[in-house]
Amino acid sequence: MDHTSTLEKVLRGVLITLVLVFFLFPIAWIFLMSLQTNETILRIPPSVVFTPIIDNYTALITGQLRTAAGSLQLNFMQNMFNSVLLSVCSVALSLLLGVPAAYAFARFKFRLGEDIAFTLLSFRFAPALLVLLPLSLYFKSMGLTNTYIGLIWVYQLICLPLILWIVRGYFEDISPDIEHAYRIAGNSWWKTFTRISIPLAKPGIAAAGLLAFIFAWNNFIFALILASADKQPVTVGALAFVTASGIQYGQIAAAIIISITPTLALALYAQRYLVEGLSMGAVKG
Amino acid sequence: MAELVLSKVDKIYRSRKGDVHAVRSLDLTVAPGEIVALLGASGCGKTSTLRMIAGFEEVTNGQIVLGGKPIHALPPAARGVAMAFEAYSLYPPLTIGENMSFALKASKLPQAEQNTRVKAMAEMLEIADILNRYPSSVSGGQQQRASLGRALVRDAGLYLLDEPMGQLEPQLRAVLRGRIKHYLREHKCTTILVTHDQTEANALADRIAVMEGGVLQQYATPAELKVRPANLFTGTFIGEPPMNVFSAEVKAVADMVRFDVEGGTTLSYPAAEISEPLRAKLARTPRVALGIRPHALHLGEGPVRGKVMACQWLGDQTHVAVEVGGRTVVSVSQERVSRQPGSDVSLAVAARDLHLFDPETGMAIAHGGSLA
Repeated sequence: MDHTSTLEKVLRGVLITLVLVFFLFPIAWIFLMSLQTNETILRIPPSVVFTPIIDNYTALITGQLRTAAGSLQLNFMQNMFNSVLLSVCSVALSLLLGVPAAYAFARFKFRLGEDIAFTLLSFRFAPALLVLLPLSLYFKSMGLTNTYIGLIWVYQLICLPLILWIVRGYFEDISPDIEHAYRIAGNSWWKTFTRISIPLAKPGIAAAGLLAFIFAWNNFIFALILASADKQPVTVGALAFVTASGIQYGQIAAAIIISITPTLALALYAQRYLVEGLSMGAVKG
Repeated sequence: MAELVLSKVDKIYRSRKGDVHAVRSLDLTVAPGEIVALLGASGCGKTSTLRMIAGFEEVTNGQIVLGGKPIHALPPAARGVAMAFEAYSLYPPLTIGENMSFALKASKLPQAEQNTRVKAMAEMLEIADILNRYPSSVSGGQQQRASLGRALVRDAGLYLLDEPMGQLEPQLRAVLRGRIKHYLREHKCTTILVTHDQTEANALADRIAVMEGGVLQQYATPAELKVRPANLFTGTFIGEPPMNVFSAEVKAVADMVRFDVEGGTTLSYPAAEISEPLRAKLARTPRVALGIRPHALHLGEGPVRGKVMACQWLGDQTHVAVEVGGRTVVSVSQERVSRQPGSDVSLAVAARDLHLFDPETGMAIAHGGSLA
């Protein structure tokens, strides 16, 4: 039975439109920018009427940036590859370490358990700059500066707490007796974990993994300090568009569009998991 | 079918806020094929006991031996025990039927045999029509029966049932009790059943272990628990409505034994109705706690005077609440009795219906005129 009046429907429509415009306008604007030259972008007054060009995209993909001051080499595609590699590997490692840890924190009470879990969470609210100075010194002496392994390691600061805490809530929501019922039917602890606990927590694990991926993908400061050009992800790579002959707005816009595509596609695909996973982990009786 | 022996089993839950001694030095033997109910109020240690036997809780002290083999250090999978959980705990991604056959998969029975078993079990529990549904789409009672079926369908040395029928409607519960008892008998299943419902314990169990405060109070047949309660706790816990209890002074006058009950009532019995050893004991015991079951308190004749407070005919028995010496007692009679509230009434108690307890320790002194 639907009790909403026409006024309510109209009002709701208006509000939804407002929210959508507010959030989607920047994305739409960036997309339009990516199809223009610097001249048309910077003209006054701005206009949405222009002849679209794909030069910005070709420049990014081929790695040749031609400006008024001459030609410039770009390694945007390398940056893109770095982003994918760093994000995927960090999330994979975090899942490997975080899911069993989350299970342990959810199921077993052990000495200092809560303190360890809280310490892990605290990585999220310490400013990255705080850890960067000592970290860069350590990394230098350990030879981890400008290595994928070093970066993936540091990215655990972003991914691990997220996965640990979201998945932990999820495991806590599963009645331990479901696992007990499986164990008493003659199955080992490990089999129960992999056959019962993980499948039941799958939406939560997917949501946490996705969020961690987005956070890792968007990270800027770690790679800026700890890696040089050939290992840096797109977030840092975009700095290259601030050139001696001015800021290349068109290329920046195109770079943004390309770099948000994977996360956007992933988020759209897993939207259901994301909403379900986050709300179920968060709302507890 | 196996014998279960618990000896000196302790369970202590340790936490920063202090230790909780949930089960204290529990000794319990369940004969092969016997059905035993653990009965007690919430928090009495009955579920902790069950979970220790299943292997979900560590045994702090003592040992558990099943079929001659100590099992308290084994993982749950190696104990050969089947269990039905209070919260059902069905696997959400599987149908009711798959849930029930799940446990059989490990047993390496041929598929056809597994199907027949699950089907027979489902028919017995009246869930055959929902075998293809998912747990989230069926009612709590149906989930509970599926969970019970999942446990019973297995071949196990011991069956543990935690509140197996708590969610069922009364009619179905009565029918299933009979069927389940028959099934357990026929398959000679050694079974431990945890419940707080005495009707269920009485109907299903061969013996009942009454627990309170983590201590086993009495372990006996349902009839014995009623007729010869070991202490004041079992006396008042078992039986519905509960036993009336008074404190009384014992006087031996000539060839009579007299109880001066609190509130000024006196009960006297000819010495012949009280056994010789008991009279000797009572001579040394000036005060007792006197317990009288409601059905032993007869209305209409006798030395006890009281005032009717309420009178209710339940269709098969009458409950009459009577005020005697400032205390309310309950009398149950099988006939239809109509008494106006406020009217005077006389009550009688036969010597064979008296339960005497030590007022300090609560231990039984005598039942029905002879020593406990």
